[in-house]
Order: sequence, then structure tokens, then C-alpha cells
Amino acid sequence: MTTSNKRKNLLTWLGAALLLAVAYFLPDTGLLNPYVVQILMYVGINMILTLALNLVNGYMGEFSVGHAGFMGIGAYVAAILTVAVLPRAVSAWCFPAVLLVGGLAAAAAGLIVAYPSFRTRGDYLAIVTLAFNMIVKSVLENIDALGGPRGYLGMPRLTNLFWVAAWVLITLIALRNLVQSNFGRGIMAIREDELAANLTSVDTRRLKLYAFLISAFFTGVAGGLYAHLLQFINPRSFSILKSTDMLVMVYLGGVGSLTGSLLGATIFTVLLELLRFLGIWRWVLGPLLLVLLMIFRPQGLMGFKEARWLRPARWLVSSEQ
Amino acid sequence: MIWQKRSLVWLILVILLAPGCGGAPGDEIRIGINAELTGSKPTVGDSCKKAMELLASQVNAAGGLKLGDKKYRLKILVEDNEDKAESAAAVAQKLISQNNVLAIIGPNASGNAIPAARICEDNGVIMISPWSTNPKTTEGKKFVFRACFIDDFQGLVMAKFARDHLQAQTAAVLYDVASEYNKGIAEFFKQSFEAMGGRVVAFASYTKDDKDFSSQLTTIKAANPGVLFLPNYYNEVPLQVQQARRLGITCPFIGSDSWGSPEILTLCGVELEESYFSTHYAPDIATDTAQKFIKAYEAKYGKKPDDVAALTYDAGKLLLTAISQAGTLERQKVRDALAAVQEFEGVTGSMKFHGTGDPIKSAVIIHVTGCKFRFYSTVSP
Amino acid sequence: MLQILAQNVLNALQLGSVYALIALGYTMVYGILTMINFAHGDIFMVSAYLALAGATFLLGLPVGLPLFLVFTGALLFSMLVTALLGVTIERLAYRPLRQAPRVSAVITALGVGLFLENFTLGLLGPEPRHFPTLITLAPWEVAGLTITPLQVLIILLAAALMILLDLLVRRTLLGMAMRAISYNRPIVPLMGVPVDRVISLTFALGSAIAAAGGLMYGLAYPVLDPYMGVRIGWWAFIAAVVGGIGNIRGAMLGGFILGTVEVFTPLILPSSTYRDFVAFSLLLLLLVFKPTGLLGRPVFERV
Repeated sequence: MTTSNKRKNLLTWLGAALLLAVAYFLPDTGLLNPYVVQILMYVGINMILTLALNLVNGYMGEFSVGHAGFMGIGAYVAAILTVAVLPRAVSAWCFPAVLLVGGLAAAAAGLIVAYPSFRTRGDYLAIVTLAFNMIVKSVLENIDALGGPRGYLGMPRLTNLFWVAAWVLITLIALRNLVQSNFGRGIMAIREDELAANLTSVDTRRLKLYAFLISAFFTGVAGGLYAHLLQFINPRSFSILKSTDMLVMVYLGGVGSLTGSLLGATIFTVLLELLRFLGIWRWVLGPLLLVLLMIFRPQGLMGFKEARWLRPARWLVSSEQ
Repeated sequence: MIWQKRSLVWLILVILLAPGCGGAPGDEIRIGINAELTGSKPTVGDSCKKAMELLASQVNAAGGLKLGDKKYRLKILVEDNEDKAESAAAVAQKLISQNNVLAIIGPNASGNAIPAARICEDNGVIMISPWSTNPKTTEGKKFVFRACFIDDFQGLVMAKFARDHLQAQTAAVLYDVASEYNKGIAEFFKQSFEAMGGRVVAFASYTKDDKDFSSQLTTIKAANPGVLFLPNYYNEVPLQVQQARRLGITCPFIGSDSWGSPEILTLCGVELEESYFSTHYAPDIATDTAQKFIKAYEAKYGKKPDDVAALTYDAGKLLLTAISQAGTLERQKVRDALAAVQEFEGVTGSMKFHGTGDPIKSAVIIHVTGCKFRFYSTVSP
Repeated sequence: MLQILAQNVLNALQLGSVYALIALGYTMVYGILTMINFAHGDIFMVSAYLALAGATFLLGLPVGLPLFLVFTGALLFSMLVTALLGVTIERLAYRPLRQAPRVSAVITALGVGLFLENFTLGLLGPEPRHFPTLITLAPWEVAGLTITPLQVLIILLAAALMILLDLLVRRTLLGMAMRAISYNRPIVPLMGVPVDRVISLTFALGSAIAAAGGLMYGLAYPVLDPYMGVRIGWWAFIAAVVGGIGNIRGAMLGGFILGTVEVFTPLILPSSTYRDFVAFSLLLLLLVFKPTGLLGRPVFERV
């Protein structure tokens, strides 16, 4: 490892520790309005969602429009654990484990989507993921024990700024390492030309599988965080509309860029809150901006570029600057 | 380029943070309204909002609510929960954490009220739902109250009506399984009807946003019921009623308080004639208190108040009474004062509280005839 | 029992006709542009409101028009304006993206759909609207079945439109141009075909047919709200894919299959909440085993 890389790593860890400390102590000091803290938490959750989706849609060039299904699975599994399985007193301590289980459940579901992806691409994969999303929503609506379409409640409010920050950091670091490794190279090769990648000994099947699993895992964790923030979930929260939101954040921020995902998530969440005073016109302006974005800057704000601190000392793929 | 974008993000965050710091209440009482202003039943949210604003304007015109030796103005913060359960929960969170309200009035639809109630309870904020009749809203909670009767009473009322007045031996029910209210009252009706010796020959369900009920209605028609109970909201009943008549179902229709909005008459033609439903109040038999309210509402908004408006007015007044009695704006004290209320005379009649958040009240049965709502009878518990 | 079955078959035919009409729009646009126009369901919704406007205007005229004239007038008005809307959307939102990656087009389509829904909501308010009754004939009782004139009208009109469209695609120059573009778009301009114009006409046709569906739907389920296109749009989309996207006869077949699913699911399974599950599972199974749909052609990927 070169010295600049080592220094960069040290700074990264220090920065991460600092962020976590701030996140842990800030809400209690009352310096920030609790509503603002809540917005920051939503931003964090959206960041995790966007990063996870960017792995599949941005880096791998696949077209998944059903990621909200993973989020829903993660949310419900985590919620079941804290509401029905674990005694109340213990749930705060078990929160990370609860989230992990939710994420793993979502990853298992990722298997279901990964297999069709071997055979289909482009539009057809989009439809498969769409169908998956709708099926998850429909299945959840039919499980009466989980409240069905009326929703599931009773989770304690375990999500706080610290946990959100922690998971954002975990996701970011994990994905950064993945993307800048051989795995990342393989995934980007799939995006550029799958057939050629196959011919040059990239095991596309395995990579696709892993990509979906990892992406689904983090999306599931974000779902668990969401459930314990809102304290109420229903199948409708995880419909195609949520998937669309995730897509917007990814494409707004920029595909194939981790910084872009962070940026996209932040701008999207904050903008939606700021524009609340517009009432219903908020939902007219949003899609309009999206369409304009797609027409005039389809690669997003930071398509394929990275912020300086996330770049490795040496670029791996020549198509990036 | 990147630095410009970064600064943009920080700028946005700072703008958000700035109004967020601090913010003491001052000389006003902040009450939040969690209403269904958009979505499938906007009349409900609109009535709720109008009624509270009327109450606030009346109180503020008199200088405010007197607490001790100071007068406090009422500030009503209205938020739209879009008739979605998850948005109702989010709105409750927002009103509690950002606006620091003393109490929240609403949501009205039980499907929205139940999650919002949970959040208010967990955060120790008072919530009064004017119109939510499903028992789960207040069940096991200390901070949540309501201004209306609950559905085990209402289901009983309609079952009795079907048996006694309509002489029905058999009944069919078509309800929305996606909403706590519809499902709850459908089940209460079934229980009561069968306990009285009747038979429920068809118990069919649909989901919110379904527009085609032909298969369920075909099954119902084949079962040949004496009466069809449709405990659904005013935007769905017209479709159900029309399709039922088109399929050749001839039995009378009965409904519950979700029919209460006059909009139902505009959305539906002659098919609704000779139907009956239970609700909270009828303008025809208004008492003096009710008359004053109806006049004031009509003067301000140009139309007669519906049951949601009347109940919201009562909920608001109940809250203000509790605040006055508590003498302070501390949530716990106001809550205790509210729980201590034993009897309250409101626009919608007298409410008796027996230690829970649910008042004992009478229901009225409305007869839909001549394209109007006409009072039929009162049923006391 | 047989009665219930027969009655439900009729219901399925009615619903299926509406789905088929909308599915045609999806399939035509996909055939020509290989793009899924997710905004189509919302175009259908707008067309229903336009029909409402037309009917209300005609009914409000001091001249007492006979109801069938009001019906025809509203139909023509809605079809025309919706066709214009379709063409406008194509021009403004989709044409700039013809060379762009597929993803942009899909997201744009989703965005346009959301825009239409919320614009209508903002413009007209959230109150559901009542559609005036234009068919006042009484239902007929035949062999224990109740058949309404409206059902018959919907089924006949849909069938007529589908036959007309099929004829157009197979027997006219325009149809030939459409088919040519769907086979091989780059070559077609070299043959002297005005591609842009044909594409615009395709959108116009698809939207106009959806408008017919909109009016029929408004008559059958006379409560309109701005989000009604969402669910119908998705189901019609499944119908198009199930039948074989890009294939007109497939869209018709798919429409009726979906109509059957919607009507028969609550009979076989305990609750109508299973409808979505059945429909989307059907879609998924089909995509895994026969991705090009029931009547679609297999597509070979060029290396």
C-alpha cells in the first residue's frame, strides 16, 4: 500500500469515528430541533438505499426497479423480531442483530431475483424485479397476522442518529472496498459488455448473484431502520412508488458513483421536506424535475465521478477519469 | 464543480437547521390537526379542518383561552395525512417533534388513527380522534381519546335495526379488508346479527381502490340475503350500490357512519334510495347547542356541517375544557384533566366517559329518501 | 353454480375488454420504440376526465340532446384530445431520449405518469367525481343471467376497435410502416418512411384507443379520482406482456386473461387481496418460462 493510500485510510477511520461520536451525542444536547434530527435520519436511510441500489443499477448496469421489495422484507422481519419475538427490555441491545437478520432475510429474497437475472436483461429484468416487488407487497397484504393491508405496529423507536450514521458508514466502506476491488472490476465489466466479460473468464453468474445479495442485504437493513423510526409499517410503504423514489435518488446523484449516491439521497430527502409548503404541487414539481433531468443530464449529477476522498490512489478502470 | 455541489448541500442543510434551533411556545396553545385532506375521502379531512378553525376563530375572537390570569391564543396547525396510514404516522411524528403541539385532533379514519395513536401514546402527546370508531384506536392507551361511540356498539345498532325494523332473517356483508374500520365493524355486525338469531349468508371482502365488485356481488346475489350491509366509505358505496342494483340485487342496503358525508348523494343516483345508516348526529333534531354550531358553521363556510365537523367541534371543545380545568399547558396534567371528565354536553349529544377514552353515546339512524338524509330514530346504549 | 360461473364470465369479458383496449396502447408503443410507456395508465385516467368534461358540457347545453349523441360526442372529444396529449408527451418527453439508454426512457415515463396524476389532482382537487349516466336502458334477464346494455356496449365497442386496429396494422400502408419500424428501425428511414410521423401517429392511435377504454370505464364505474389509472395501468401492462409485448393480438388475449384473473380470484381464493399476487405471479412465471409472452416471437440477441 502506498503512503498516500495509508494516510487516506487513517483519515477515513478517524473521520468515521468522529462522525459516530457526533451522531451519538448530538441529539441529546438539544442543539438541533428533533425534527431536523429526524430528517437527518431519513437522509441516512435513503443514503443506504441509494448506495445499495447503485451497486446493481449503476455499477452493474442492470435494471432493478423492485428494490422496495427487499426493503419491505427487511422491515417486516426486523419488526416481527422486536414486536413478537424479543422481550421489550432486550430489544434495544439486540437492535444491530435484529437489523442483521432483516438484512439477511432480504438477501435471501435477493436470491429469488438473482436467478432470473442470469437469463434476462434490460427490460425483461426490469419487469421481473417489478413483479417481485408487487408480489412481496401482495404477500404481505395477505398475511393477516402481520396486520395485512392495515399495517403492523408496535415497534419501539430504536433507530437513532447514531445507528443510522453507523450503518451508513458500514455500507459506504463496504461498497467502496467492493467496488474498488476485483469484484468491482468484474461488475463493471458486466455492465460494459456481458458477453465479452464471460469470454474473458469473469464468472458473471457468481458476480451477479453476489451483487444482488449484497444490494438486497443493505436495502433490508435500511428497511429495518425505517421500521423502527416510523414505528409503523404497511405493505403500501414498499410499493413501486418507493422503488421509484430509490431510482430517482440513484439517477439524480449519478450512476456508478458512491458520492453521487450520497448526494442524490441528501438532495432528494431535503428537497422534498423543504418543498412541503407547496402541498400537492410538490408532487407535480418533483416528477417534472425528474423528466427534465433525464432529458438534459441523464448521467446524473456525478455520473461515474467520485469525490476526491473516495477515489483510490490509482484508478483501476481506464473509463473513469 | 464538486465543491460547488457540496456547498449547495451544506447550504440546504443550514437553511433547514436555522429555523429548527430553539423555538419556545410563547403565548399560544398549539393544536395539531392530522386530517385526510387529499386521498379518497377528502370531505372528511376538510370538515375536520373547518370545524377546528371555526372553534379557534371563536375562541380567539374572545381574546383567547383564559388560563390563570393570562389569555392564550389558539394556533391550529393543519397537516395532510393523504388518507394513508404511513403518512398519518409521519404527520403525527412531525407535529410532535417539529411543532411541539400540546395535542393532536385526528386522524378521522380508523385505519389512519390507529398508527397515529400509537405514536402519540409512545411520545406522551394527547390525541383526540373525532370520528374514529374502531376500538383499537384507544385500546390500552392513556393519552388517546375519541369523541364518538365505538364500533361494537355501532355494529349492534345496525344488526338490531336490520332484525327489528327491516325484519331481515339473513344478511350479507361486503367490506374493505384493507381498513381497520370496515373490517372491524363488519365483524361486529356479523357477531351481533348472529347472536340475535339471524344468519349472515355472505361475508365478502374487497381491497381499497377496487372498483369492480361484480364477482363478490354475484356471490351475494346467489345467497339471496334480506339486507346488504355496506360499512364502507362514501366514495366506494356508490359503486357498490350501483353494481348491486345492476346485477339484480333487490334487498335494502344499510350502512354505518362512514356514509355520513352528503357527498355520497352526489356520487350516487336513485340506487341509494330507501337505505339506512347509523351515524353520530342529525341536523334535523338539533338541540340548542347544535343549532348554534350549525348556524355559525353555515355562516362561515356556506354549507351545513356533517358529522365529522360536529364531532371535531366537540373534540376541540372537550380539549379546551380539559386545558382550562388543568390550568396549565403541561401535557400530563391536561391529559389527567381530560381523563377526569365524566360528562360532556356537546353538539353531538351528551358524552359520558367511564374511565376510558371512549364515550358512551347514542347513535342516530338516518333514512336516505328523496335524495336527502332524514332522521329516523335514536338508539341509546 | 353454473349461473354464477356464467355471470362471472360476462363480468370478466367486460373488464377484459377495458384492459385489452389499454394494453393495446402499451404494446403498440413497445413494438415501435421498444419502450414501455408507463405513463399510459395515466393517459387513460386523463381521458376519463376528458370524457367527463365532454359529457357534462353536452348535457349542459340548452338543446336537449339525446343520450346516444352525448355519448358519441364525449367519445369523439375524449379520443381526439387524448390523442393530442399522447402525441405531445411523445414529442416533449420521449423524442429527445430516443438515442439515450433504455433506463432514462423508463424513468422519464414513470415521471410523466406521476406528473399527470398529481397535476390532475392539483388542478381538479381530491374529490372523487361522478360520471353522468349515459346509458339508461334496463338490464335484461336471460336464462337467469343479468346482462346490462352497458356490458354489451363495452364488449362490442372493444371488439370493433380491436378488429379495426388489426385491419389497420395488416392492410394499410401506415400499418406496414409501423410493422417495419418494429422490425428494424435504423433501415426504415432509408426506405422513405417518415419515421417520426409514424411514431407520433402510433402514440395518437394508442392514446385514442385508451380514451375509448376511459369512457367505457367511466360509464361502468362512475366514480373518478386522479389515481385510478395507476392500478389499471399496471394490470394492462401485465396483460400486454403476458400476451406478448409488441404483438397486438397478444394484447387482446392478455387483456381477457387479466380480466378473468381479476374476476375469478375472489371466487377461488379467500379474499380479493390475492388478485395482485396471482396476476404478478402469472407475469413472473411467464417471464421465466416464456419471456416473450404467449403470442410473442422469440428474440435473438445480436453479438
